[in-house]
Amino acid sequence: MKLLVCISQTPDTTAKVSFNNDGTDFNAAGVQFIMNPYDEWYALVRACELSEATGGKVTALNVGPATNETVIRKALAIGADDAVRIDADPKSAAYTARQIAEYARSQGYDIIFFGKETIDYNGSEVGAMVAEYLDLPYVSYASKLDLNGSVAMLEREIEGGIETLEVDLPCVISAAKGMAEQRIPNMKGIMTSRSKPLSVVPPVAYDEPVKATKFTLPPAKAGVKLVSPDNMDELVRLLHEEAKII
Amino acid sequence: MVLVFAESPRGQFKKSAFEAVTYGKKVADMMGVACEVLTLGTVQDAAQLGKYGASKVLNIADTAYNDFDSQEQAAAIADVAKSRGATVIILSHSSTGKSISGRVAIRLDAGLVSGANALPTISGGAFTVTKGVFSGKAIAEYAITSPIKVVSLMGNAVKPEVSGQPAHVENITTSAAKGRIRVKSVKTQEGTVPLPEAEIVVSAGRGMKGPENWGIVEDLAKTLNATTACSRPVADSHWRPHHEHVGQTGIAIRPNLYIAIGISGAIQHLAGVNNSKVIVVINKDSEAPFFKAADYGVVGDLFEIVPRLTDAFKKFKANQ
Repeated sequence: MKLLVCISQTPDTTAKVSFNNDGTDFNAAGVQFIMNPYDEWYALVRACELSEATGGKVTALNVGPATNETVIRKALAIGADDAVRIDADPKSAAYTARQIAEYARSQGYDIIFFGKETIDYNGSEVGAMVAEYLDLPYVSYASKLDLNGSVAMLEREIEGGIETLEVDLPCVISAAKGMAEQRIPNMKGIMTSRSKPLSVVPPVAYDEPVKATKFTLPPAKAGVKLVSPDNMDELVRLLHEEAKII
Repeated sequence: MVLVFAESPRGQFKKSAFEAVTYGKKVADMMGVACEVLTLGTVQDAAQLGKYGASKVLNIADTAYNDFDSQEQAAAIADVAKSRGATVIILSHSSTGKSISGRVAIRLDAGLVSGANALPTISGGAFTVTKGVFSGKAIAEYAITSPIKVVSLMGNAVKPEVSGQPAHVENITTSAAKGRIRVKSVKTQEGTVPLPEAEIVVSAGRGMKGPENWGIVEDLAKTLNATTACSRPVADSHWRPHHEHVGQTGIAIRPNLYIAIGISGAIQHLAGVNNSKVIVVINKDSEAPFFKAADYGVVGDLFEIVPRLTDAFKKFKANQ
């Protein structure tokens, strides 16, 4: 069983978000970067569990510059067997998807994993794009994944419920809460991660059809208006007359 | 031409479909072109989409499309977009839309912006559209430069607007291949509006002290026709079902009104709810970080305040 887990590097959840150069670039100064939580907690851990149970191999893949190698080594410490870094600084989901697809096309993976979305650009786009490039079935927001021979047994989140599906391998999935539990790398994992293979692959040329042109911060809230706990009629009045929401 | 894909889970349109058609109609008007809508599988009353602006509804009635299959659905949408000469394709940024939009974009060599939160700006050849990024902490503007553009629309970003009459439904056929995805079962919560579509959400956290105390939350929600939600610790402790969990790891929502009861407002929780139009926070701790993100706040004992608020809403409704 060959499993590919695509990991993204994102600013830490608690990072202060600001932009440089007239709102065109994310300001990375002082920001701590982490592995995108859904990639790490759900996709990577479930891939490692399946590989450990069936005797497979997990490859972690990142499209990013050399500075991302700390996060890639963490994926190896958690349990990936080897890693690939496509040496580029992606500016869009479309670019990232093209790079992953070109690399994965000839590798014969049984399952390609993604997290449900990244916590920075919140696109939830790359998995579907890679699946289309490779002509593979794709299920997003999967909260459960088990294998039955060459069939993946999945649950996915739908609006107000859960859908149960079977998907023929090979396939592409994006992982949501429920698929696995976060795994803290142990000392042995951290030690061996340093010697596991990490290969660097050049990107293919690709013209992006979408470009971020400007980032802005949402207008600041006017500040909370406190209402006396004894006067809920006043709160209802404010919601009706001022906020005009009821 | 603008082509909208109107999702019809189990044959029924939901609010997100009406929002997508409303949005598609407005984009079509900006471009001076028609807005056509595609539906897949067995659908009830496809003609009603005309009321939201569809000049024509195209339906591929093949039952092979009744169940979710991102590959087959995307292929059908892209084929119809090509044969009808669509230059803008609109989908919902729903669970199914997220599986499809990227595929449609690749099939059409099109740029995709997913989760758009407003109408695009179209001027000359430039087409830009905005969306929330960094889990609601910023807004990004994207320019789509390809000849064909794909946009998926965030739920509750536009209001469905009735602007016309029921449309003519034209049945078309395509050759659906045998899919590699089989839906075995679907479990949905009956009788409540799903959280991503809810206009009012009443949410509660650890301040409730235990699952046995949720009656007051449910009473408030019922009075407001709201959907109930909860914070992560509450779901993780199994006080409430997981599908109620809103926040970064749970469901991200953007209702008109979010009432947070006994939730401190950790950054991970805010990331899932900070796009709500109006936030009301009820907490006994005046230092709770949630108050910084709130529009209205009540500091005090939620066990006294929530029933009082329910009564106030009942009184308000009776006087309307």
